[in-house]
Amino acid sequence: MAVWYSLLLVLGMSLFVYLGAGLLGLQAIFGIVVPYAAILVFLIGFSMRILGWARSPVPFRIPTTAGQQKSLGWIKPSKVDSPYTTWGVVGRMAMEVLLFRSLFRNTKAELTEGKLAYGSSKWLWLFGILFHYTFLTIVIRHLRFFTEPVPFFVQALDRVDGMLQIGSPVIYQTDVILVAALLFLLIRRLVNPQMRYLSLPADYFPLFLILGIALTGIMMRYFAVFKVDLLSVKVLAMGLATFNPTIPEGIGVMFYIHLFLFSALLAYFPFSKLMHLGGVFLSPTRNLPNDSRMARHVNPWNAPVKVHTYEHYEDDFREKMIEADLPVEKQA
Amino acid sequence: MSQAPKPEELLRVSHIPPKKDWMDPRVDLVPGTWGYPGKASSLETLGLPNPREWNPTDEDWKLPPNWKEIIHEGLKERLEKYRSLKIFLDICVRCGACADKCHFFIGSGDPKNMPVLRAELLRSIYRQDFTMAGKILGTFAGGRELTEDVIKEWFYYFHQCTECRRCSLYCPYGIDTAEVTIIVRELLNLIGVNIDWILGAAANCYRTGNHLGLEPHTFKGNIEYLVDDIEEYVGVRLNPTFNRKGAEVLFIAPSGDVFADPGIFTYMGYLMLFEHIGLDYTISTYASEGGNFGLFTSQETMKRLNSKMYAEAKRLGVKWILGGECGHMWRVLHQYMDTMNGPADFLEVPKSPITGTVFDNAKSTKMVHIVEFMADLIHHGKLKLNPSRNDYLRTTWHDSCNVSRGMGMFEEPRYVLKSVCNNFFEMPENTIREQTFCCGGGTGLNAGEFEYLRMMGGMPRAFAVKHVQEKHGVNRLVNVCALDRAILPPLMDYWAPEVSVSGLTELVANALVMEGEHDRLTDLRGEDIPGMEGDE
Ligand code: HEM
Ligand code: SF4
Ligand code: SF4
Repeated sequence: MAVWYSLLLVLGMSLFVYLGAGLLGLQAIFGIVVPYAAILVFLIGFSMRILGWARSPVPFRIPTTAGQQKSLGWIKPSKVDSPYTTWGVVGRMAMEVLLFRSLFRNTKAELTEGKLAYGSSKWLWLFGILFHYTFLTIVIRHLRFFTEPVPFFVQALDRVDGMLQIGSPVIYQTDVILVAALLFLLIRRLVNPQMRYLSLPADYFPLFLILGIALTGIMMRYFAVFKVDLLSVKVLAMGLATFNPTIPEGIGVMFYIHLFLFSALLAYFPFSKLMHLGGVFLSPTRNLPNDSRMARHVNPWNAPVKVHTYEHYEDDFREKMIEADLPVEKQA
Repeated sequence: MSQAPKPEELLRVSHIPPKKDWMDPRVDLVPGTWGYPGKASSLETLGLPNPREWNPTDEDWKLPPNWKEIIHEGLKERLEKYRSLKIFLDICVRCGACADKCHFFIGSGDPKNMPVLRAELLRSIYRQDFTMAGKILGTFAGGRELTEDVIKEWFYYFHQCTECRRCSLYCPYGIDTAEVTIIVRELLNLIGVNIDWILGAAANCYRTGNHLGLEPHTFKGNIEYLVDDIEEYVGVRLNPTFNRKGAEVLFIAPSGDVFADPGIFTYMGYLMLFEHIGLDYTISTYASEGGNFGLFTSQETMKRLNSKMYAEAKRLGVKWILGGECGHMWRVLHQYMDTMNGPADFLEVPKSPITGTVFDNAKSTKMVHIVEFMADLIHHGKLKLNPSRNDYLRTTWHDSCNVSRGMGMFEEPRYVLKSVCNNFFEMPENTIREQTFCCGGGTGLNAGEFEYLRMMGGMPRAFAVKHVQEKHGVNRLVNVCALDRAILPPLMDYWAPEVSVSGLTELVANALVMEGEHDRLTDLRGEDIPGMEGDE
C-alpha cells in the first residue's frame, strides 16, 4: 500500500505538470513561481529545523564509544572511534559523513541449524554511498546551467563523469549508477520482509521522487523525442539565478516535469527524514568527545532535587548503627 | 517454575514479521516477558506519581484521568530538554541497519524489538502530535493516535530493551534507541506505569543507600561474613573500616557484590586486593550502592540516588573515590555523575598511593574504575601474583554493554585477566568489544518473571560463549558487571551448561599471594583448586 501511494503520488505530480505546463501553457507558473517557492520553503524550512534542534540543549555527554577510552598512559586509546579531543571528534564526524563509517560496520545476523552467524553485510553501505555521491555529483554538474562562465571544477567534473565516452551524447556514469543504486534501495525495501514491514510511505516517496527526477533528466538527454533545447534551458536557469526570470521558447514539457519534481523534493526536504543531512552533524552520540570524566559537561537545566541526606539516614538508623559499632555524627 | 520453553523450541524463532500491521498497538502479554508493576509503597517512598495497586493483565490500568495530557506535556518538555530526543525522532531513515543488531530481536523475532520499530512506537505519536506533516496527514505520514493501548505497548516493549546501545553503534546517524527507552520509561513513570524490580530497588536505595535494602548493620554484617570466608580460605584476617572519616579513598561497589553468589567472591577479591597493597580506604553504609536503578526510572531519580556518592565523599573527607566492578553504574559515573552532581571540587585528582600514577582521565569526576586501578598496579609490578592458581580455568571475557559503548573500557580488563590467568580465549569478533552482546537482563529486567525474555535476549551472548566452549573448552565467563554476575549464570545453565561466571577481581584475588596466607588449597568459593591439593 505504502509503495503504491508513493508511486501514484509521483506519477500524479508528473501528470499535473503535463496538464499545466504542457496543455494549459502555464510555463510561467511551473518555470518561475514553483521553483522560487520551493527554494524559499527549503531555505526557511531547513533553517527552522536546524534552529529548532539547536534550541534544545545537550544535557549530557553521551557519545557511543566504539573504541578504547583514553585512560592509562601505556594503553593506546582509539583516537577516532572513542575521541577525546576536538580533532578526534572532527575525524569521527568526517568518517561518518564522508564514508558512512557506522553503516560500514553492518553485519547480518543469521540463525541456521542452531548456530548464530554474523556475516559482514556491506551492500547497504555500498549502494548507500553510491547513491549519495552520484546524487551529489549530479547536483554539482547542474551548476553549469546556473553559472556563466562555468567554474573550472564543474567543467572538470563533467568531463570525468563522461570519461568512458560511450554513446552520443556521452553517457554520464553517475546517471547509470544513481538509478541502479536507487533501484537497489527500493528493491531492498520491497523484498526484505522486515524492511517491507517497517517502511512507511515517507520511505518510498523520496525514492520514487528522486527516481522520477533522474529518469526525466535522462529522457531529456538521451531520447530524441523528449530532447529539449539546452540553450533555452540555460537562459531560463540563468534568469532564475540572477533574479531576472524569463520563459524562453522551445522547452519541452519533460523539462517542466523534471523541474517540478525537483522543486517538490526541495519543498518536501525540511519536513522529512531527508533532514538527516543536517541532523547527522548534531547527533550527540557522535559529535561529543568521550572525555566526561576529564572535563565537566554542564547541563543548563540541571536543577536541585530532593535527596535523602546522610543526616536523615543517620536519624533513621542511629540505634542500629551504634549497636553495630558504626561511627555516628550525633549520639542518640 | 520456569516460564521459558526448552532451548530447542526457542531456537525455532522466526524473524518473518506477522500479518498484523505494526501500527496496531495491541499486545499479548506473553508470560515470562513482562514485569510485575511497581508497588505503591515504593512509589510513595520516592514521591513518584500515581501510587496504586494495579495489574498489567487487567483491562483498567488505573491511569490518572488526565494521563494523555500528562504524556503530551511530558514529551513536549523532554523535546525541549534533550536535543538527542528531537534529532533521533526526526532523522531516522528507516534503513534497517539497526534491526538485527538487537539481541531481543535476534532472540524473539518480534518485529517491535527491532530498535527502529521500538523507536517508531514513540516516533509515531510524536509525528501525530508535534509535526506539521503528522497533524495534517495522520497515518499517511506515519502518525498514530495516543491511546491506552499505546501506553500498554510502550510498557511492554520499552521493558524489552536493556539500553545496551548496540543499535546506536551501527546507526549511520548514531540514533540511540537506549536514549529513547530512557525517555519513554521516564514518561511512563509520570503516570505510574513501571515495574517493581526497578522501582523497588530504587526505593530501597533511596532509603537505605543500596538496592537490596540492607540497613547499615546488615550491610556491615554481610561484609564481615566475607571477611570470615577469606580467613577460612586464605588464612588472613582483614579489618575493613566503615564510614571512617579521613580515609584516603572511599570505595563504592554495586551492592549485589555483598549479597549474592557469585558477586560476593568479587567482593572478597576487592578486600584482599586492598589489604595486599595496604590501601587507606573506607566503605560507606550510606553510599553503599554503586549501581543506580534511577537510570531506569527517570533522570531525576538517577540524580537523587547518585547524589550520595559525592555527599559521602565530602562528609568523610576522602581524597577520591574508587568504584567497583559494574556496568550501568559506570554509565552513570562516566557520563552523568559530574554533570548532575558535580563539580567535585572538594576532592583531589585521583592518584594511586602505591604507584604514584595520576588518573588524569578522571581528573574532573575524581572516580576511578577498579579495573583501571588494578591494571596500573599490575603494570607497575605491585601485585604478587601466582596465575597458575587459575590454571583450572579456561576463561573468556564478556564486555559489559555500558563500559563498552558508554565508556570504552576494553584493554584494561583484558590486560588484568591475562596477567592473572594463563588461559584466555576471545569470543568471535562480532560479539565482543564495542560490538558486544548484552546479557539480556540489564536495566531491571533480571526479575524472576522476565525469565523467558532473558533466555531469548541472552541467546546471542550465550551462543558466542558456547562457541568458545566447544572450540577451546572455555569453562569460565569473566565480566566486570554485577548484573552480569546475577544474570549470566542461569543463562549459561540454559544455553551453555558447565560454564561458570565470575567477576574479574575474584580471579585477581585467587592469584594474589597474600602476606601470611596459608596453603591456598581452595579458591575463594571454597572449592578445591584442581592440581593444588598435594602440591606443597
Ligand atoms: C542532499 C543531501 C542528502 C539527500 C538528498 C539524502 C537522501 C537520502 C535518501 C533518500 C535516503 C533513503 C534511502 C532509502 O530509502 O533506502 C538516504 C539514506 C541515507 N543517507 Fe542520505 N541524503 C543526503 C545527505 C546525507 C548525508 C550528508 C549523509 C551523511 C551521513 C547521508 C547518509 C545517509 C545514509 C547512511 C543513509 C542510509 C542508507 C541508505 O538507505 O541508503 N545522507 N539519504
Ligand atoms: S540504523 Fe538508524 S537510521 Fe537506520 S533504521 Fe535504525 S535508527 Fe533508523
Ligand atoms: S539499546 Fe539494545 S536492547 Fe535497546 S533496542 Fe538497542 S540494541 Fe535493543
